[in-house]
Amino acid sequence: MNAPHDPNSVGAVVAQKARFDSPLKLRSGAELPAYELAYETYGELNAARSNAVLVCHALNASHHVAGYYENDKGNVGWWDNLVGPGKPLDPRRFFIVGSNYVGSCFGSTGPASINPKTGKPWGADFPVVTVEDWVEAQARLADRLGIERFAAVIGGSLGAMQALQWTLSYPERVRHAVVVAAAAKLTPQNIAFNEVARQAIMTDPDFHGGHYYEKGVVPTRGLRIARMIGHITYISGEAMAEKFGRALRRGQPGFDFDIDFEIESYLRYQGDKFSTYFDANTYLRITKALDYFDPAADYGGDLTAALARAKAAFLLVSFKSDWRFTPARSREMAKALLDNHRIVSYLEIDAPGGHDAFLLEDERYHAGLRSYFANIDL
Amino acid sequence: MRPDLAAIVQWVPKGARVLDLGCGDGSLLRSLWHEREAPGYGVEIDDDNVLACVANDVNVLQVDLESGLSLFADRSFDCVILSETLQTIHRTEFLMREMLRVGREVIVSFPNFGHWRARVQVVLGHMPVSEALPYEWYETPNVHHCTINDFEDLCRRIGVRIRERLALHEGRPVTTLPNLFGSLAVYRCTAD
Repeated sequence: MNAPHDPNSVGAVVAQKARFDSPLKLRSGAELPAYELAYETYGELNAARSNAVLVCHALNASHHVAGYYENDKGNVGWWDNLVGPGKPLDPRRFFIVGSNYVGSCFGSTGPASINPKTGKPWGADFPVVTVEDWVEAQARLADRLGIERFAAVIGGSLGAMQALQWTLSYPERVRHAVVVAAAAKLTPQNIAFNEVARQAIMTDPDFHGGHYYEKGVVPTRGLRIARMIGHITYISGEAMAEKFGRALRRGQPGFDFDIDFEIESYLRYQGDKFSTYFDANTYLRITKALDYFDPAADYGGDLTAALARAKAAFLLVSFKSDWRFTPARSREMAKALLDNHRIVSYLEIDAPGGHDAFLLEDERYHAGLRSYFANIDL
Repeated sequence: MRPDLAAIVQWVPKGARVLDLGCGDGSLLRSLWHEREAPGYGVEIDDDNVLACVANDVNVLQVDLESGLSLFADRSFDCVILSETLQTIHRTEFLMREMLRVGREVIVSFPNFGHWRARVQVVLGHMPVSEALPYEWYETPNVHHCTINDFEDLCRRIGVRIRERLALHEGRPVTTLPNLFGSLAVYRCTAD
């Protein structure tokens, strides 16, 4: 990760919040009476307002895409290796917006926010939100920032689903969609992993049906396990073997249930860390948003018909070692776009990192993004 | 520009939708766009070539030709081009059929193994190495060499109609005994 003294860093950044007082109608039929959206921006919107790029984040990230906070210099943005002066997505050329989504626990209105009707945290009563809802909320942010049309919308994983949904909800507002490590819908296997994670949270005695805030507790055990399961699916077996092997923490088997293998230590560490900063109600909702995303569902499963209304040019990127969202999922999207005679390029990167490869700095991957962004006319 | 590519550009109708298989750095697609206003996509497997295509602002799909053209719908292109790639393909017949499924017209170019210099080298006991066949046998990516006669036999056998043929040597068309004096062959074919 880049240290704050990195000359190619966007430098110190400030998170901002936009408040929207008109209700947000959700796909579920529920309504958010008002909401706040946390965001950050890097670079300047040009006079023609033609250089805006929206960066959508995945499950555990936030609007803090690049740079660091003055009072917390170690808190470097999650896509800092991509976004910065001299980096593939360069704020000297683009006005880059990192947007959070509703239901998050990083500053936007979410389950831990106060429900105006009760004066207490929403908790379990916070509605289930979807990718479509997030795009609606972000579209209002774009209006607020004076962005009629994005030069590009980019995201990886769940962020890529948002980028894709942008091209469907607002075909005229997206010129380029950069859709990385994506799927147009989850497989039953993906949903299965999500369900195990949710069960881990909901069966934690500290969950209290989602109203744990008022009890002053956190379903830490559930969150830990949810995160451990997630991590197993984000890394390829190959990368895991490479990184951890069968190395024994104590040099020899302990013949007990303390940590033996390095991978156990890693998973426990990741689980512990996650459970200190992530909200369980948010986790439940985000995994549901993933599960529900399926733009082809309204077209009898026909993705070609579903993507017919997209007008953007697409760059799809997948990673060969990603077994969570495999290259086959990206090829499905490529096919649907080709069927519709859309402009599309597809890169299949032979990187070992698994699903998380989209966050890493593979030379070919970043070279592709760099050229793609450089070729976007402003 | 490579002589077979110059011929191919001439054969592609204005505004045709083009699919270039094994498109390299995308230079043919760029020429087709500039000279023929023909929009297109390239298919390429090599990382460096794929990245060059992106840098050249050419649509490129990084998929393996050997697994077929399943990304592409029937008759979704006016022209499918396979330039100097035929000889590197393992499943030649399968790919030919796939090309004819996807495109109304297919343009294929390949080095002619029947060229007299190749024949002489074989007679003298060596695998041919020449401008058209630049690799030593132990480093060649080519797996299926053929002569003009061989290719035409295959076309007959699988029901491909040859609409036009151009044999070239050192960039110039060869009309006398093309299988002997042409080092490069370019074909325009359709399904029967």
